[in-house]
Amino acid sequence: MESPAVEPAAEPAVEIIELVKRYGGATAIDGLTLRAGRGAVTAVLGPNGAGKTSTVEICEGFRKADAGTVRVLGLPPDAPALRPKVGVMLQSGGVPPAMRCGEWLRLVARFYARPLDAGTLLTRLGLSDHVRTPYRRLSGGQQQRLSLAAAVIGRPELVFLDEPTAGLDPQARHACWELVGELRSAGVSVVLTTHHMDEAERLADQVVIIDRGRVVAEGSPAALTGAERQLRFRARPGLALEELLNALPAGSAAKESPAGHYIIEGQVGPELLATATAWCAAEGVMADDLSIERRTLEDVFLELTGRELR
Amino acid sequence: MTSALDFTPAPGPAPLPRMVLAQTGAEVRAMLRNGEQLLLTLIIPVLLLVGFSVAPLIDVGGGSRVGFLTPGVLALAVMSTAFTGQAIATGFERRYGVLKRLGATPLSRTGLMLAKTLAVIAVEAVQVAVLVLVALALGWRPQGSAAAALLLILLGTAAFSGLGLLMAGLLRAEATLAAANLVYLLLLAAGGVVFPLSKFPDSVRPILELLPISALTGGLRAVLTGGAALPLGAVAVLAGWAVVSLGLAARTFRWE
Repeated sequence: MESPAVEPAAEPAVEIIELVKRYGGATAIDGLTLRAGRGAVTAVLGPNGAGKTSTVEICEGFRKADAGTVRVLGLPPDAPALRPKVGVMLQSGGVPPAMRCGEWLRLVARFYARPLDAGTLLTRLGLSDHVRTPYRRLSGGQQQRLSLAAAVIGRPELVFLDEPTAGLDPQARHACWELVGELRSAGVSVVLTTHHMDEAERLADQVVIIDRGRVVAEGSPAALTGAERQLRFRARPGLALEELLNALPAGSAAKESPAGHYIIEGQVGPELLATATAWCAAEGVMADDLSIERRTLEDVFLELTGRELR
Repeated sequence: MTSALDFTPAPGPAPLPRMVLAQTGAEVRAMLRNGEQLLLTLIIPVLLLVGFSVAPLIDVGGGSRVGFLTPGVLALAVMSTAFTGQAIATGFERRYGVLKRLGATPLSRTGLMLAKTLAVIAVEAVQVAVLVLVALALGWRPQGSAAAALLLILLGTAAFSGLGLLMAGLLRAEATLAAANLVYLLLLAAGGVVFPLSKFPDSVRPILELLPISALTGGLRAVLTGGAALPLGAVAVLAGWAVVSLGLAARTFRWE
C-alpha cells in the first residue's frame, strides 16, 4: 500500500489512517486508510452505505472517530483553525427554508475575511434569476448549486463536496464539473463523493473506491482501468465461442456477459480484430455495436463491489 | 460574458463582530418573517392587552385594569420570543441541518449564541415599544424605575432562553413545536399574566409563584404598577432559573 518514503514538503490535504466508526453495533468504517493530495481532486466512490458520507463528515468535524487518526491540512478535524480553510457542501439541506437564495450566500460570505463576490458566483452558477427566491421554492438542482456556492465563497484551501451533482440536470452537472476544474487549477484541494463513474473519471486525479468501510482500490482513473483493451459486440445469444478462441492468438479470452453481449480480451490489435470479424462473417453473425474499448471505471467498480443491490 | 472569479485560496475568518451582526440580522429577519411566530409574539399580547383592558371580563382586584395587565403582557411577550419562538426555531434549524452547516463556518458556537441573544433582545425591543404605546393609549400611567424593569426583562430573557434551548436540545423538532406552544398556554394561564395569582388556591400559589413567568409578571407589576424598588425575590427566582436552564442547555445542546 503506502510506501514508507517521506514526503517532506507536500503534506496531504487529508490523511486518514486506520479509521473506525461504529453506529451502535454496526461498523460503518472498518480500518479505512486514505490520503488526498494537496491541490488535487480526490473522488471517493462506493455503493450506498459503503461509508462515504461518514468518512467525509468525520473529516469535516461533524462526527467523532471511534479509532484511527484523521488529519485535515495537518490538523485534527475539529480544530477551530480549520473552519475558515475548509469549505463544506452537505449532501442535502443546511439552509433555513424561508431564507432567500441571495440572502443565504451573502450571509455565509460575511463569515470570511476575503470572500468571492456573491452576485458573480450566483450568476456563474445560473442562480441570478433566483436571488430573491426562498430556499424551499428552489428546485433540487438549484438547492445543490446554492450549497456548492456556499462551500467555495470563503476562498477555502480544501473543499468537501458530498455528492455535488446528485439531482442536477446535464447542463448544471457540466457547470459543476467546470467549477471543480477551476478550483483545481487555482490550487484548491477537492474531496468529493459520487455515484457517477463518468464524474470521477473526468474530474479526479485520484479515485478511491470504498466498500463496507474499507478501501478496495485506489489510484488515478487511468491506473485503475488499466491499459488493456477489450473488443465488444452484441449478437444473438449462445454463440459457440470455443471455435472463435481457437482462431484467436494464444492468451485471448472470450466471454458472453450478459446474454448477447460479447467481450474479447487479450492482445487486442489489428490481427485479433480481423480474426474476430472473419469468424463472424463465416458464422453469419452480425456484430452490432462493435467497439474497442478500455475497461471503464464502472467495470472496475462493479468487479470490486459486486452487482447485488444494497 | 464570463465573470472572473478568482478561486485562489485566501482563507480567513471575518472579525467576530461582523460575523455576529450578520447572523443577528438573519435571525431577526427570520423571526419577523415567520407569521406563526408574530402571532405569538405580537398579535396575541396586543389582543390580550386591549381585550381585557376594555372588557371587564376578569377581576383584577381593584385598581386600573391596564395597570394590572401591561406588566403581565410584557412578561408574556418576553416569554413568547425568548422561550417559545427560540425553542421552535432552534429545533427546526437542527432538523434542517442549519446548525450543522453553520458549525462548518468560522462562526463559533459562542458567536452563534451571541447572535441569537442579540436577535431576541432586538425583537423584544420592538414588542415592548408596541405594547407600551398601546398601553399608554389605553390610559396606562407607569411608575417606578425603568432600569429595574429592564433588569427584570433581561433576567427573564436569560431564563426563558435557557429553557427554550434546553427543550430544543432534548426533543425532536415536532415535539418541541407542540410542547413549546403548550407551555406558552399553561404559563399564560397560570403565571399571573392576565389572571391574578391571588385567585388561585392557597395550596398551589406558592408553587406557581416560583415559575419564571410569575416572577417576571410579579416583579414587573411591583415596579411599574406598585412603584417598588427592585423586587429582590423576583430577581432571585429569575436568576436561579437562568443559571440552571442555561447550564443544562449548554450540556444538552446538539448541533445535529
